[in-house]
Amino acid sequence: MERVGVFICHCGSNIGAVVDCARVAESVKDYPGVAFSTDYKYMCSEPGQEMIQNAIREHNLNRVVVASCSPRMHEKTFRACVAKAGLNEYMFEMANIREHCSWVHAGRNEEATEKAIDLVKMAISKVCNNEVLMKGHAPVTKRALVVGGGIAGIQCALDIANNGYQVDILERTPSIGGKMSQIDKTFPTIDCSACILTPKMVEASSHPNIKLITFAELEKVDGYVGNFEVTIRSKARSVDMSKCTGCGTCMTKCPGKADDEFNMNLRKRTAIYTPFPQAIPNKPVIDRESCLKFKSRKEGKDVCGVCAKLCPAGAIDYEQQDELFTERYGAIVMATGYEQFDHSIYGEYGYGKYPDVISGLHFERLVNASGPTQGHIVRPSDHKEPKTVVMVKCVGSRDPEHGKSYCSRTCCMYTAKQATMIRDHCPDTKVYVFYMDVRTPGKLYDEFYNRTREEYGVEYIRGRVSKIYQDGETLRVKGEDTLLGRQIEIDADMVILANAMIPNPDSERMAQIVGIGYDKDGWFTESHPKLGPVETHTAGVFLAGACQGPKDIPDSVAQAGAAAVKVCALLSKDQLETEPTVSKVDNKLCSGCGLCVPVCPYKAISLETIQERVAGKTIERQVANINGSLCQGCGACTVTCRSGAANLKHFTNAQILAEVDALCQTIL
Amino acid sequence: MDYAYFPGCSLESTGIEFHMSAKAVTKALGINLIEIPDWNCCGASSAHTRGHWISLALPARNMAIAEAAKLDVAIPCAACYARSKQVEVEVSQSAETRAKIEEIIGRPYKGESKARNLTDILYRDLGVDKIAAKVVRPLDGLNVLTYYGCLMTRPPELACDDVEDPVSLDEIMKALGANVLQWGFKTECCGGSLTACRPKVGLDMTQKILDAAIKAGADCIVTACPMCHSNLDMRQAQLAKHDHNYHMPVFFITEMIGLALGMKQKDLGVDRHFIATEEVMCKLEEYEQEQIQKMMNEGGEA
Repeated sequence: MERVGVFICHCGSNIGAVVDCARVAESVKDYPGVAFSTDYKYMCSEPGQEMIQNAIREHNLNRVVVASCSPRMHEKTFRACVAKAGLNEYMFEMANIREHCSWVHAGRNEEATEKAIDLVKMAISKVCNNEVLMKGHAPVTKRALVVGGGIAGIQCALDIANNGYQVDILERTPSIGGKMSQIDKTFPTIDCSACILTPKMVEASSHPNIKLITFAELEKVDGYVGNFEVTIRSKARSVDMSKCTGCGTCMTKCPGKADDEFNMNLRKRTAIYTPFPQAIPNKPVIDRESCLKFKSRKEGKDVCGVCAKLCPAGAIDYEQQDELFTERYGAIVMATGYEQFDHSIYGEYGYGKYPDVISGLHFERLVNASGPTQGHIVRPSDHKEPKTVVMVKCVGSRDPEHGKSYCSRTCCMYTAKQATMIRDHCPDTKVYVFYMDVRTPGKLYDEFYNRTREEYGVEYIRGRVSKIYQDGETLRVKGEDTLLGRQIEIDADMVILANAMIPNPDSERMAQIVGIGYDKDGWFTESHPKLGPVETHTAGVFLAGACQGPKDIPDSVAQAGAAAVKVCALLSKDQLETEPTVSKVDNKLCSGCGLCVPVCPYKAISLETIQERVAGKTIERQVANINGSLCQGCGACTVTCRSGAANLKHFTNAQILAEVDALCQTIL
Repeated sequence: MDYAYFPGCSLESTGIEFHMSAKAVTKALGINLIEIPDWNCCGASSAHTRGHWISLALPARNMAIAEAAKLDVAIPCAACYARSKQVEVEVSQSAETRAKIEEIIGRPYKGESKARNLTDILYRDLGVDKIAAKVVRPLDGLNVLTYYGCLMTRPPELACDDVEDPVSLDEIMKALGANVLQWGFKTECCGGSLTACRPKVGLDMTQKILDAAIKAGADCIVTACPMCHSNLDMRQAQLAKHDHNYHMPVFFITEMIGLALGMKQKDLGVDRHFIATEEVMCKLEEYEQEQIQKMMNEGGEA
């Protein structure tokens, strides 16, 4: 016999000013199953919760409905509340009469009250069909994987390792370090990027709890929170890591040449290479695309082999192959970072054809002491020092038509930083910055921007650049000064574009491998924009750094630390509680059609063979099997299932139809 | 290759060379142009300042006649092209616009007949290989600048080529053997009709383009717009009055093709320019002689 208690919350004036709460409580008093009904100003307050618990005891209630805010807000609160009074926490339902009613129907009090009554009746009908559910348990593998070895990944791994847990860093390129290793100076302090990064790289490589897996890719992720099974492809390095001492002799005579991507193709590197002098691990790889030996092998020949002849340790191994291996992890942190937007889509900036129109990251390499020009700021075309430099902000950012709709957040500051660096290196050089807005929220950021203008004499022009074209040796930059309302033309020797940040080009594929969400631009989606900034919708997978959205170094480091805390909280448990609100399959109804298998976004469903006795014979047939630890209770399988065999616990077909019936009765 | 042909008013007056050369060249290249019977002015440069519907209805009538014959329309003039394309796009995107236009012009027009720029037809439909195959007198040694003006590529939704860096004229000129120079003025505005109503503003714009052409070291400018042609060709005399002396011949793309195809200057209208084209002709002649001399010398040595 159902004995439902109904509690209508005023939420102060949030609900009470629109919905007549007393009338709602009164009107459901005699609704089938209801044993008690009342209203109160703040149901979530301590007296409110006591009121519920007392009513449970006094009226011998076995089910409870609270009509108040969104379950996202207080479902946990009330579940705990009824559990304290001795009920199973799943014998509780919430009717959302705030977000779904009073807030959206303000001023239409009569209709809002009617709607609130309907919503409450639906909740009562549902709760009458609720069943007692118990949370499950799963063990935890006490090891974490950090995907991406940039500053976010390194920091996150260090924080996890320092908490005493094992952690692996998976890095696609031959060295950890990421974008920060390419940057010369950091804002707003102008301290050397490498000087603050390399100690962290060294710490990560020598930490007893950290294992570096470089030159490797994420191939496959199976399993679930606490028990991920990750397949990793270790790419053929052509160098035996156990033998190589990192002496660098092999690189001295290599005749193969390729564009040096670390230096933004501003110079060439050898085919056997380490990306930069402080690389970790400081052991080279052979880029098979540009290696003479591998190129000649494609033509059926076998030439060169200089590096193998030179190597004193005999570490060169041309026969190495990619290797796949599987590791188990309890948690995964995605820290795959960003890439720079390609400005060559913009015709007004010359479609990337002009050598002296460069991007911000190009400039970082130009001004770096170990870069292609030993830190001298010169034009790529003729290696002359520029006397006039024009900088253009928002290249690809805030441009929904051709680029990205979002603000890349870092460009205003890195442009200001680069402008001051030009003025420092070349005091006679004029610097102009074209901007739409200057956005410098951040500690000491606006002060830095003001110094750029006032002390360094950088001229800021509010307006867009309409065209850049080569005019003899100089670049003619045409634009608009929208503050003065006039067109301007500047003869520049070099133009630096503040290119937008975009996700790693592979981010969408990575998200699909790991099973997390991403937005229209490819940034990974956090579980809540305000209250879950490092979590994802997939339990056990966390986000750190710019893979979630444009971020500067301080924000990336902060988020990496936050992700590490979440990982440690997870790994500190011996067992994990699992939600019982998952799908189950009624084998009697399941035809084994398998439609639910590809529909499941969490790869929780597989087909299994069962034995049955039919008409005296034992037959084998296939049915869908749901892994309750993987299932997130989304319900996709239940709507796909043609025979109605799949049913989501706590949201069963019977419960949903009871709600529909309750609603239709009032309409009819 | 059959197309309806809309010459427009310019090609019967200031841009008659374009008309003559377009007809001669298309014939030689196997493109069949059928002039739209009883065509009317497309209203370019003036109608759209008077009213939206008249600016659409004027070109719509021509397009409707072509559509009845199930032909796309070849339009040499960039301004006529832009106006005709505008109505084609608007009618094909909105049933309401279509109904209103059909009511005004008193005949059906669904927007199925497409407005096509003649240069685009030569570049895309015919292809530069077919043009190159017919070249008998390559323009080798000639330094040319291509000039598209604003109407071939703007607004972007009507553009028949890349908006910021169009290439059709470049590719055709290369196929003819010319040396195509690079400059930043391909799509700058020549001043259009401003040279008539606000001469100071318009002439300044024309002057900037001519200055840049001289700086780039061009022998001549090649265009596909009669308005650009008259501004650049005709206004040089006016600029001379202000002590800006130029001698920069300006050709239509079809004149250049005609010359490379071995046609007579007179048949192409090249003799009708304000700025004499002799120097360009002489340069071609000289280059040819040089090459012949070279070949003979080499032959002698062998």
